[in-house]
Amino acid sequence: MRLAVWGVLPYLALASFVIGLAWRYRYDKAGWTARSSQLHERRLLALGSPLFHYGILLTAGGHAMGLLIPAGWTRAVGLSDGLYRVVAFGVGGMAGVMTVTGLAILVYRRLTVRAVGRASLASDLVMYVLLGTTILMGLAITLTGNGHDYRATVAPWFRSIFVLQPSVDAIAQAPFGFQLHALVAWALIAAWPYTRLVHAFSLPLGYLTRPYIVYRSREASRARAMD
Amino acid sequence: MRVLAQMAMVMNLDKCIGCHTCSVTCKQAWTNRGGVEYAWFNNVETRPGQGYPRTYQDQQRWRGGWALNRRGRLKLRSGGRLRRLLSLFSNPHLPKLSDYYEPWTYDYQNLITAPAGDDLPTAKPTAPIVWSANWDDSLGGGPELAQHDPVLKTMSERVRLEFEQAFMFYLPRICEHCLNPSCVAACPSGAIYKRTEDGIVLVDSDTCRSWRMCVSGCPYKKIFLNHQTGKAEKCTFCFPRIELGMPTVCAQTCVGRLRYIGIVLYDPDRVLEAASVRDEHSLIEAQKRVLLDPRDPSVVEAALASGISEEWLEAARRSPVYSLIFDYGLALPLHPEYRTLPMVWYIPPLSPVVDAVRDTGFDGEDAENLFAAVDSLRIPIGYLASLFTAGDPAPVRDVLRKLAAMRAFMRDITLGREPDESIPASVGMTGELMYDMYRLLAIAKAEDRYVIPHAHREPTTEAFNDGCSVQDSGRVMLPMPKVRAS
Repeated sequence: MRLAVWGVLPYLALASFVIGLAWRYRYDKAGWTARSSQLHERRLLALGSPLFHYGILLTAGGHAMGLLIPAGWTRAVGLSDGLYRVVAFGVGGMAGVMTVTGLAILVYRRLTVRAVGRASLASDLVMYVLLGTTILMGLAITLTGNGHDYRATVAPWFRSIFVLQPSVDAIAQAPFGFQLHALVAWALIAAWPYTRLVHAFSLPLGYLTRPYIVYRSREASRARAMD
Repeated sequence: MRVLAQMAMVMNLDKCIGCHTCSVTCKQAWTNRGGVEYAWFNNVETRPGQGYPRTYQDQQRWRGGWALNRRGRLKLRSGGRLRRLLSLFSNPHLPKLSDYYEPWTYDYQNLITAPAGDDLPTAKPTAPIVWSANWDDSLGGGPELAQHDPVLKTMSERVRLEFEQAFMFYLPRICEHCLNPSCVAACPSGAIYKRTEDGIVLVDSDTCRSWRMCVSGCPYKKIFLNHQTGKAEKCTFCFPRIELGMPTVCAQTCVGRLRYIGIVLYDPDRVLEAASVRDEHSLIEAQKRVLLDPRDPSVVEAALASGISEEWLEAARRSPVYSLIFDYGLALPLHPEYRTLPMVWYIPPLSPVVDAVRDTGFDGEDAENLFAAVDSLRIPIGYLASLFTAGDPAPVRDVLRKLAAMRAFMRDITLGREPDESIPASVGMTGELMYDMYRLLAIAKAEDRYVIPHAHREPTTEAFNDGCSVQDSGRVMLPMPKVRAS
């Protein structure tokens, strides 16, 4: 049971994630979009959307730091565990509150503004449920985690997945809240490619360096459309 | 010198009767799909009026197009690259749907299913009807609505009042297919591009990500977000037709036959310089200098070296657009002060002046009367200048004097009198040139209006064969970049 949940499930989710993204990119570029609904409503969006997006970007950065960087490394550069925990609690808590507030505004908007609601797809509903649950659980365990050192339980297990030797025992020692958060997150990752969340991989950083005016020959656009 | 070809259009506003046939046929061809009900790639607005979307010309509010920064460098009015990326999650300058209008339909079923009664059943609208793309058509709503015209607001109170009493004309608009398109520059994904072959500006819907910066970046508000597919859409200059040598749908169906299509040659390396000219009144001349003379041997040589074919060069030499801009000096760009170097040009209408002269009991065909009126009627000149010359009355006056001279000159010919060469001479033209101008403007034969060379490649057929255009899945893509050789 343990092995199925912590050793097999993540790989199924990852497979769905990778194959889904590749499939979507290959066959559904036409559907690969953020599908902005700003045209329908802009006041609530102007409040909720930046809050949510900047919050979630901060959160993603925090997760990268907490899960990918072993505790030994931060100690080696002179960051004490106590200080780490204060920073993680402070910044992580703030990012969490931003994200949740933003998400709440966006959900409220989607439920109350008729045009926005009617522009929603079924995949949006699935996405909102999974994303909302993951984020709420994450914020909850950050604020009430009672100082559980996830860098000794969740993080080693997470890293071990990617070297194909899942250390099921490590995660098994984590509190139930952390385990549930991780499980819902895998569900979110599995569903990711089939929702509008794909737009997260389209962050247009190339815009900062490209020339303003884009020229393309008819020939080149035909070639692009053919492949 | 690099040489590129640009497909361009001129509209002769004197002949526009505001029938909206261009808008309707364009809509039937391109935007009768889900998600773009509100979009009119071609619209005809009444001037003075608010335009579509409402007050789109108020760039203090909408921040479209380019502006010079304090150091005199050309910048998008909405801010630099970093600022745009930071406002990705909420675009502060995006119009709401209600700024265009919320489309509605009627409950026709009620006509059949209503219970028998004393009154005829009605088809009630499905949504409140409060505004549309043509709410103030032909000055409907009167001064109350027209006073919000951003162009009119720049003029003095007296002028505004006079204008409302006396003048009105129609302004058909499509995408300007600019040489310096701010929509292209604003797109974070690089999904909008200018075709090197013919300068047509297109959206690649495969790479569009719904960041909607193009919508606010375009000062003419001619890019539309499809709210079902989440992709930007715009006027394509009917490229599948143009590639086959056919005119655009709006041009072909124009009742007044007022649209001219042809190519002009330009030097892409001169674009930035021309758009950065400090004095707004010099922008038109700068824009004209970017265009190259296809009869100049050095231009021909450079064009051939840049891969432009003999057929295209011949089309450039016969281009009615080039003639109307340079040989006759009639065509002016719309809002050159946006610094996008727009490539849909306009011949400003003389008719408000003729009407005014006639209304005061004078001979509206007499050259002297018309010249006097052109000079004394500051109102139409000032308004037209705000539209076409960044407020400089001189070029507008020159054009209107030429049009007035043509009327008077041709009257003598039509009535069998001796043509008066002094009339064309008074506007710096010869009688022969003026007669040619008359042929192009008034007779306007199709082969003179449209000089469209074929694209280099074999014709594409699939673009016209996409099945029913009103399948409702919301995923019916325009055949834009997806054109395939069969």
